[in-house]
Amino acid sequence: MSANQDAIIQIDCVFKSFGKIKALQGVSTNVKRGEVLVIIGPSGSGKSTLLRCINMLERPDSGNIIVDGFPVMHKETNINLVRAEVGIVFQQFNLFPHLTVLENIMLAQRIVRKRKREEAKENAERQLNYVGIPEKAEAFPHELSGGQQQRVAIARALAMNPKIMLFDEPTSALDPEMIKEVLDVMIALAKGGMTMVVVSHEMGFVRAAAHRIVFMDQGRIIEEGSPKEFFDNPREDRTRAFLSKIL
Amino acid sequence: MTATTKKIGEGRLLPATSQLEKWPWWALLLALAAVLIVFSIITSPLYQDAFNFIKEGIITTIRVTVIAYGLSLIGGLILGLGRVSKNVVFYNLATLYVEVMRGIPMLVIILYGAFVIVPMSLDLINGLGNWLVRFAPLAGLGQAFQNVDIQQVDMSARAIAGLAMGYAAFEAEVFRAGIISIEKGQMEAARSLGMNYFQAMRYIVLPQALRRVLPPLGNDLIAMLKDSSLISALAVRDITQLGKLYRARSFRSFEAYNTMAFLYLSMTLSLSILVKFIERKMSRER
Repeated sequence: MSANQDAIIQIDCVFKSFGKIKALQGVSTNVKRGEVLVIIGPSGSGKSTLLRCINMLERPDSGNIIVDGFPVMHKETNINLVRAEVGIVFQQFNLFPHLTVLENIMLAQRIVRKRKREEAKENAERQLNYVGIPEKAEAFPHELSGGQQQRVAIARALAMNPKIMLFDEPTSALDPEMIKEVLDVMIALAKGGMTMVVVSHEMGFVRAAAHRIVFMDQGRIIEEGSPKEFFDNPREDRTRAFLSKIL
Repeated sequence: MTATTKKIGEGRLLPATSQLEKWPWWALLLALAAVLIVFSIITSPLYQDAFNFIKEGIITTIRVTVIAYGLSLIGGLILGLGRVSKNVVFYNLATLYVEVMRGIPMLVIILYGAFVIVPMSLDLINGLGNWLVRFAPLAGLGQAFQNVDIQQVDMSARAIAGLAMGYAAFEAEVFRAGIISIEKGQMEAARSLGMNYFQAMRYIVLPQALRRVLPPLGNDLIAMLKDSSLISALAVRDITQLGKLYRARSFRSFEAYNTMAFLYLSMTLSLSILVKFIERKMSRER
């Protein structure tokens, strides 16, 4: 066991390459239970890859990742059990277009969590209520706006009652007027005590909810710290250069 | 006048006859020919004779086509899953099968199936029976396997096996195309909710892929209906075989082949109308 008992995610010296591109070059960090970690950095810095390594959508070349006590890179670990505890929200929503909103949220509850139909439905309706669109239960994804689709995606992930939520640039594909409705849900989730790892440049979210910020560049963590010290007092030149572009 | 959007070159610039040019004249001619043949079958004794002789083949043709098509769908789905599988053995076996089958003429596959694969499989079953008989609890099954005889498998069953084997390779490629046309994010979303690979395939990827490949699957059904005429090489009494027989004994080639062509055409055209209808329905749903 690791020394850090209250870390729910432990990332230790992770390397990952796509062919010649070195996406991650020895990344180490921990996420505590209930912590909201925001990863920022220029495109191609490896932040999405790092996020996707946490639930093994990308398999690291080397290093070690422990999620909720499971060494997810080991062959003996049933990755499906871990993934059920780790919700992820994608940039492109990835709702299932052949299913209604309610069915989208119920499916994995039924076949992964083995919940009864009534129980799954009740929970799905509760989650839809939480993200603020209970009236869209019977709609199909293509009938919804981008913001509504992303909120359904959040509800779908929450319906599994995950211990951790990952967000991979959840607002990047949205029109500006829809970003707030998604951020509001994410902020409420963070205030509710959910452990979250968020790849996003949305300063609205960072200010309202982030506990810690990690800045990545070229596959490495350059700097990390609380939002206050990170924005007021960046230590590294690269951080400063990046912040001057996005703020 | 209601305002309608007109494309450039439509209506105003061309003479008014352009509407007539768009008529499906070919369909009209075809319908006329069909009426003529139906009329002949009803009134002319020669055609009546030919039709009555050949019509028994309709059931055989349809039966062989439907069963072989169903089997080829099952086989094609399994092979198609192999073609997109990351499992090295499964992928290579499926690819080998598809490449071999697509490179051999259907007639050769049918002959091969009927006279090589089916007899060899029966030998295998007999051998398995000999082996099973020695185990007391399975002796009954072993007896049954031992008693399977090549004579029990008639030619139409062997023809079905051959057609299904050949078409499974085509359906495999159709399913493969459908599966890889589904965005990668769908599989990722399903897997990240904790579904295993097969659950994600079964509930997320395949339902969407199936919808997309319905038109090519329909076209393959039509192609198979036509290729089912090849089973006449096994002397299965389908439309083609009976037509050949009728011509051989009456020397009325014109009536025999007209009737055959008419029967095939009316079936394939009805099917293609059905496929077009389904296609239109699918595109409206999207």
